[in-house]
Amino acid sequence: MSSTNATVHQGEAHDAALHEHGDTHGHGSKRSYLIGFGLSAVLTAIPFWMVMTGSFSPGVTAATVIVLAVVQILVHTVCFLHVNTQAEGGWTLIAYVFTGVIVLITILGSLWIMYHLNTNMMPGMMTGEVSNTP
Amino acid sequence: MADALDRQAQAEAAASPTWHLAQDDHGHGHGSPTILGFWIYLMSDALLFAALFATYGVLSTSYAGGPTPRELFDLPLVALNTAILLVSSITYGFAMLAMERGALRGTQLWLLVTGLFGVAFVGVELYEFSHLIAEGATPQRSGFLSGFFTLVATHGLHVTVGIVWILVMLVQLQQRGLHLDNKRSLLCLSMFWHFLDVIWIGVFTFVYLLGMLR
Repeated sequence: MSSTNATVHQGEAHDAALHEHGDTHGHGSKRSYLIGFGLSAVLTAIPFWMVMTGSFSPGVTAATVIVLAVVQILVHTVCFLHVNTQAEGGWTLIAYVFTGVIVLITILGSLWIMYHLNTNMMPGMMTGEVSNTP
Repeated sequence: MADALDRQAQAEAAASPTWHLAQDDHGHGHGSPTILGFWIYLMSDALLFAALFATYGVLSTSYAGGPTPRELFDLPLVALNTAILLVSSITYGFAMLAMERGALRGTQLWLLVTGLFGVAFVGVELYEFSHLIAEGATPQRSGFLSGFFTLVATHGLHVTVGIVWILVMLVQLQQRGLHLDNKRSLLCLSMFWHFLDVIWIGVFTFVYLLGMLR
C-alpha cells in the first residue's frame, strides 16, 4: 500500500517538474490543430456538397461519404486527440485500436445478422405490430 | 492544500528510493495515470455509442408508415451544427495552447468561446427536435424515430455535460489558476470534447447524409 502511494506521489512530482520546464510533449502544436481543422473542414464540406446537390449517383455518393467519414475520424484522432505510439507509452493507441475493432464488430455484425433475420423471416411468422419492418 | 500536497510529494520523492519504472522518465510526459484512465472511459463510451449506432442502423428503415428521413431532415441545419462543433474543437485546441504557454486569461477566454459554441450546438439541436415533435415525428412514432432520438439525444446530452464541465473549469481557473490539477482536468476535458466531435462525424454521416440517400 505504502509503496503504491509513493509511486503515485513521485509520478505527480515528476509531472509538476516537467510542466514547470514548459514541456509540451504530446499536447499538440498550433500547426497540428490548424492542419486538423483545415482537413476536417474539407472532409466535411465534400460529403455535404455531394448529398445536397445530388450530382452523383446514390451508390457513388454513399461510398464516398463513408470513406471520407473514416478519413475524418482518423484526422481527428491524430490531430486533435493526439493518439500516437509515444503517448502514454502506446497504451492509448492499443485501447483505441481494440475499441475500433469492437465498434466495427458491434455495428456491422448487428446490421448483418438483423438484415438476414428480416429477409429470411416468413411473412406469417411476424406479428401485426412489427410487420412494417422490411 | 494541493500545493502543500505537491511540496510534500516532492519532499517524499527526494527522500525515498525510486519506485517507478525508469522508462517513465522519457517519452510520454505524464506521470499521472489519470489521462490513461480517462482515455479508457472514453473508449467505453465509444462502445455505448456503438450499441446505439447499431440499434439505429437496424431500425433505420422501420418507418411504420410514418415519415422518412428525406421528409424530415433539414440538411442546412445539420451542416450549421457540424460547422459549430468543428469550430468549437479548434477553439478548445487554442485553449490548450494558451494553457501550455501558461496564459490564464487566454485559456479562460478560449474556454468561454468553446462553451458558447457548445450552447449554440445544443440550442440548434433542441430547435430541430422541437420542430420534429411539432410535426408529429415523436420518438413513439416509429422504430426509426426511436433510434434517431436515442442516438442523437445521447450525443447532445454528452455535449451538455461538456458545457457544464467547461463552466466548472472556468470557476476552478478563476479561483486557483493554472494549477497542475486544473491542467490535468483541462487535458481530460480536451479529450472528452474532441471525442464528442468524432462521434458527431458518425452521426452526421450515418444518420443524416446516408438517411437522405435512402
